[in-house]
Amino acid sequence: MNRKADKPATAMPFDPGRRSFLAGTAATAGVALAPGIFLYSVGASRSAEARALDEAASSEVRWGMLIDVNRCDSGCNDCVSACVTENGLQGHGRPATDPQWIRKIDLRDPNTGREQSLPVMCQHCDEPPCVDVCPTGASFKRADGIVLVNKHTCIGCRYCISACPYKARSFVHETLEDQKSYAPRGKGTVESCTLCVHRIDDDRQPACVEACSDTGGGAMLFGDLNNPDSEIARRVAQYASQQIRADLGLNPAVRYRNL
Amino acid sequence: MRLNRSAMITIAVALALFASLAVVVTAAEKNDRTMSEVPVPAIPQGQGERCVEDTDFMRRNHMTLLMHQRDDTMLQGIRTKQYSLKECVNCHAVQGKDESAVSVSDPKHFCRACHDYAAVKIDCFECHSSRPEIDAASPHDGLIAEMLKE
Ligand code: HEC
Ligand code: HEC
Ligand code: HEC
Repeated sequence: MNRKADKPATAMPFDPGRRSFLAGTAATAGVALAPGIFLYSVGASRSAEARALDEAASSEVRWGMLIDVNRCDSGCNDCVSACVTENGLQGHGRPATDPQWIRKIDLRDPNTGREQSLPVMCQHCDEPPCVDVCPTGASFKRADGIVLVNKHTCIGCRYCISACPYKARSFVHETLEDQKSYAPRGKGTVESCTLCVHRIDDDRQPACVEACSDTGGGAMLFGDLNNPDSEIARRVAQYASQQIRADLGLNPAVRYRNL
Repeated sequence: MRLNRSAMITIAVALALFASLAVVVTAAEKNDRTMSEVPVPAIPQGQGERCVEDTDFMRRNHMTLLMHQRDDTMLQGIRTKQYSLKECVNCHAVQGKDESAVSVSDPKHFCRACHDYAAVKIDCFECHSSRPEIDAASPHDGLIAEMLKE
């Protein structure tokens, strides 16, 4: 058991399956792994709780989301409106260019007629193509897995928009006023879902997740995928879940159940 | 012809100099804020006792502090309040006619009052809010006031 825990560090430093392997075997390997696991679980289910204001985001954490498609109603738009309100994403009545950090997608299986509805936002990939193509380094992945645009260095070239297979990014075309003080946005830069990074750093949940559990179907679960004791890690270890376009090998942090 | 022309230019320059001198003198006379010879910017007073660093230091170095804070917060998620732009805006809010704080479109805005005078142009407020927004949900409010009491 010890051999197993030690081996991946040298053999395959980037094995994305390693964490979930550890999480999945935690129950059986309890004794040997107990000290390490205990360290993780001190911060309870929300590791950010332990993070002080002057402490940098840690790569021990990987923020993610699990969305249960069965609980998502096609008529419900609460996650989208919560996002718009939280981040001040006022549109101009131009659907083609208005900002869209999260959107609802309705699917229909033509063979069976089965219909499903799900929210899609930045999938916060482990291997984000938007980061690969950015010429200034403005598109980046924070230590805790959140994929962001550093608008201070974004030149608005929009390569990242083309590179994203999830169509998750928008471009600001208009001069803006009255932005939220915690969500600065401005003309000429690219933007996308930040997982509400200002809330995460304040030990709160993303606005969409909060709205979904308050008034929606309770389909969205947010948490630390790396913490084997967190609700989200336990659920992905226990039940089948999938990533959209998993074939691309980007290992998104947003996962779906019953899709 | 040539002589005439240069003479005319000399007279024109002398006149222009005289006129501008007159303007400077009246400006200095009108400026009753101080008895100094140069006009000084009217910088609104911040709230509280003092700034996050010595006032002199802030005048010279606020841009460096802000740029560092910007990178720390953006790239690493460090959310200390001392040099946060949000906090500058909160504490340096200037009341407008309608009781609410003025935005940077008003020349009385704290940052503008000085930058207009010094001919500095910043783009920060194209994205950042130039008015305070009391974020009731944040448990960390009042931290700076607390810190400065010590
Ligand atoms: C707790 C409230 C508070 C905060 C927060 C604060 N300031 Fe100040 N600031 C003041 C006060 C009060 C003064 C005036 C001090 C004095 O009169 O000596 C001042 C003075 C200044 C001055 C000099 C103004 C002059 O009259 O020449 C500058 C520049 C300045 N602040 C910039 C900033 C910046 C930039 C930030 C954000 C990093 C900031 N301040 C945050 C309260 C604050
Ligand atoms: C194109 C938009 C844009 C422009 C222009 C911009 N910022 Fe930002 N800034 C952001 C975003 C987005 C954040 C991240 C906010 C967050 O995560 O909470 C941010 C965060 C910050 C922060 C940390 C948060 C805070 O309030 O303390 C500082 C400091 C900062 N910027 C300073 C500046 C300064 C100084 C300028 C001007 C030289 C500037 N920014 C211009 C978009 C912008
Ligand atoms: C006391 C006068 C004064 C006040 C008040 C003031 N500034 Fe400045 N600021 C300056 C001067 C002068 C410069 C230019 C310094 C230089 O060019 O070396 C400057 C430069 C800057 C720069 C760097 C600009 C660049 O392109 O390099 C930023 C950013 C900045 N100020 C932000 C602010 C913000 C935000 C506020 C309001 C919270 C503010 N300043 C208030 C005098 C002031």
